[in-house]
Amino acid sequence: MFKNRWFVLFALLLSIGLVLGACGASDDDAGNEEDSTGGDSSENTEEETSEENASGDFSVAMVTDVGGVDDKSFNQSAWEGLQAFGEENGMSKGEGYDYAQSESDADYVTNINRLVRQDYNLIYGIGYLLQPAIEEVASQYPDTNFGIVDSVAEGDNIASITFKEHQGSFLAGVAAAKKTESNMVGFVGGVDGALINKFEAGFVAGVKSVNADIEVDVQYAESFAAADKGKLIASNMYDKGVDVIYHASGATGNGVFAQAKDIKNNDPEANVWVIGVDRDQYEEGAVGDTNVTLTSMVKRVDIAVQDVATQAMNGEFPGGEVLEYGLSDDGVSIARTNEEAMTEEIITAIEEWKEKITNGDVEVPSTREDLETYVNSL
Amino acid sequence: MLFSNRMINILIPIISVVLGLLSGAIIMLVFGYNPIEGYAALWNGAFGDSYFLGETLRQVTPYILSGLAVAFALRTGLLNIGVEGQVFVGWLASVAVGISFDLPMIIHLPLAILAAALAGAFWGFIPGILKAKLGVHEVIVTIMMNYIALYISNDIVRNVLTDGEDRTAEIAPSASLASEWLASMTYFSRLHYGLIVALFMALVMWFVLNKTTRGFELRSVGFNQNASKYAGMSVGKNIVLAMVISGAFAGLAGAMEGLGTFGYMNVKSGFTNIGFDGIAVALLGANMALGVVLAAFLFGTLKIGALNMPTEAGVPTELVEIVIALIIFFVASSYIIRWAFLRFKKEGK
Repeated sequence: MFKNRWFVLFALLLSIGLVLGACGASDDDAGNEEDSTGGDSSENTEEETSEENASGDFSVAMVTDVGGVDDKSFNQSAWEGLQAFGEENGMSKGEGYDYAQSESDADYVTNINRLVRQDYNLIYGIGYLLQPAIEEVASQYPDTNFGIVDSVAEGDNIASITFKEHQGSFLAGVAAAKKTESNMVGFVGGVDGALINKFEAGFVAGVKSVNADIEVDVQYAESFAAADKGKLIASNMYDKGVDVIYHASGATGNGVFAQAKDIKNNDPEANVWVIGVDRDQYEEGAVGDTNVTLTSMVKRVDIAVQDVATQAMNGEFPGGEVLEYGLSDDGVSIARTNEEAMTEEIITAIEEWKEKITNGDVEVPSTREDLETYVNSL
Repeated sequence: MLFSNRMINILIPIISVVLGLLSGAIIMLVFGYNPIEGYAALWNGAFGDSYFLGETLRQVTPYILSGLAVAFALRTGLLNIGVEGQVFVGWLASVAVGISFDLPMIIHLPLAILAAALAGAFWGFIPGILKAKLGVHEVIVTIMMNYIALYISNDIVRNVLTDGEDRTAEIAPSASLASEWLASMTYFSRLHYGLIVALFMALVMWFVLNKTTRGFELRSVGFNQNASKYAGMSVGKNIVLAMVISGAFAGLAGAMEGLGTFGYMNVKSGFTNIGFDGIAVALLGANMALGVVLAAFLFGTLKIGALNMPTEAGVPTELVEIVIALIIFFVASSYIIRWAFLRFKKEGK
């Protein structure tokens, strides 16, 4: 009995020690708090002075989907765009620009509403999943401007930012078809729907255009945030002999990279490749001295987000318009960071097809129906 | 002696919440954030103005029902982990009725709610009958039923209710719980009449368990199956009934989301956690109707308030999740506190 009492007393003492110790540490940190919350403290003073004359009281914020700003993909790219915009205009996180992360799809409306109530002038919904939420809130607050990425929302105070992902995916397909040795390539999609079907259709069309005999294995993970499912699907595909996987699945794709890197770690000679999406995912594919990232279908969400924010700040907000970024204005492109893997031959092929797409010789399919007609016409 | 036991029962949840908040504060301190600012942001995010109050109450609504579902089964000695899946089928059923009929509101809305309750009840019936007839443990069956519900409803949304879309159409206004009056009072929050349904159901649970013979039997089976059998009650029948009623409560929680908050159902990439959080709500609420309502209120507050912590207090989202998880941990581990209590009491003698 006594033993127990001593034990409890000891535990209490320990926890008090922890509290006191923590208090001490926090005092030291207080000055650096800005730093740890994401702003660059060294630039703070300069920023505060320039903020007033540069940007007036314009402020912009974004709401992520459940992937979060560190999804190494879509949301992260948008956030980088906002950060670049903030830097350009002397703002810091929390003062001028900020983001709100959604933990579930019930949070979208709450997050957007909160940002409206915190008087942000322009609020982005990142991802088509936020389209109903943006539309709903935008109709309630006609004086605030909204942006939706990857979807078309109706409203005079909403700018819809879309991309011609099928064009970029087509080129990714060309690269995959040139790289594959087993004549089997894979596609891992996030959620099966109109948006990701664009990626799928473009990719398959690109592969088949190079070599109609190549088999494309198409799988959907039904999530943009399930790396475990991504890894499982990738593992099945690589086992079957697929050697190039193109993923259009946000943070789910991190699992695809993880699987490819595992294989590469066990057998450095293995011929496995991943094609990244949204951002240049070269860094995700690094294994020792080699890299499993063949290329990435880069979608410049950052540029688009920055672009629209600048227009809004200058009073030229494209409300009610649908903006489309494509190959011709570098809204989508193919990364060439992996110089070893992207041989001269692949790059020439990509350039050829890009030429054909931009001058209209090739109409890249963007839905499964169009894809069928396209493949049949080959 | 009786009095002090009762005191303990009331004290334990309060102590767990306080301990949870304290440990959350310690974590924030360790990482160099001000816990007072953090909790102030949490408070403002949940009650800061009438919009946030509305959103908090909106979040509380399904929690009350999922908490009731878990609590009801627990009172009969069954651990219904399948509330999550029952929420899914309830959501799906309510939306299906909401979009496919065109009826006057007085029929349409009750019909949609009833469909949700029936769907949830059916989803609870399966593990119930398996337990009663074959002795299959309900925990295992209900966990599996969650996945079945998730993937089946995704497939139905995609292929039956729509043509390959990932979201159903909006339900007809005549089936909607949404209220312009409540929304306008709370600056367009999504607060809906479901709260009344949820509170009414809490009353129903209290009445059924405490004031009816059937409720007495259910509780008696929960206390001691053998004694109940000896007293001439049908244990199997009561087990099935408890799971059915529990499932119906869970189905209603789904209807709150389908008919109130969203007005549609979309393809889900994972669980909503309404059902799983319901387990913690029921435990914290000591499986009593009133306790569940209060616990649901706490959980709704945490969920909505936490969203405000990154933007207002600069606490990173990841840390907020840790803080909230710690609070839930202490809340759920009230057994430890009860044990400590009894230990000290024994020694005090």
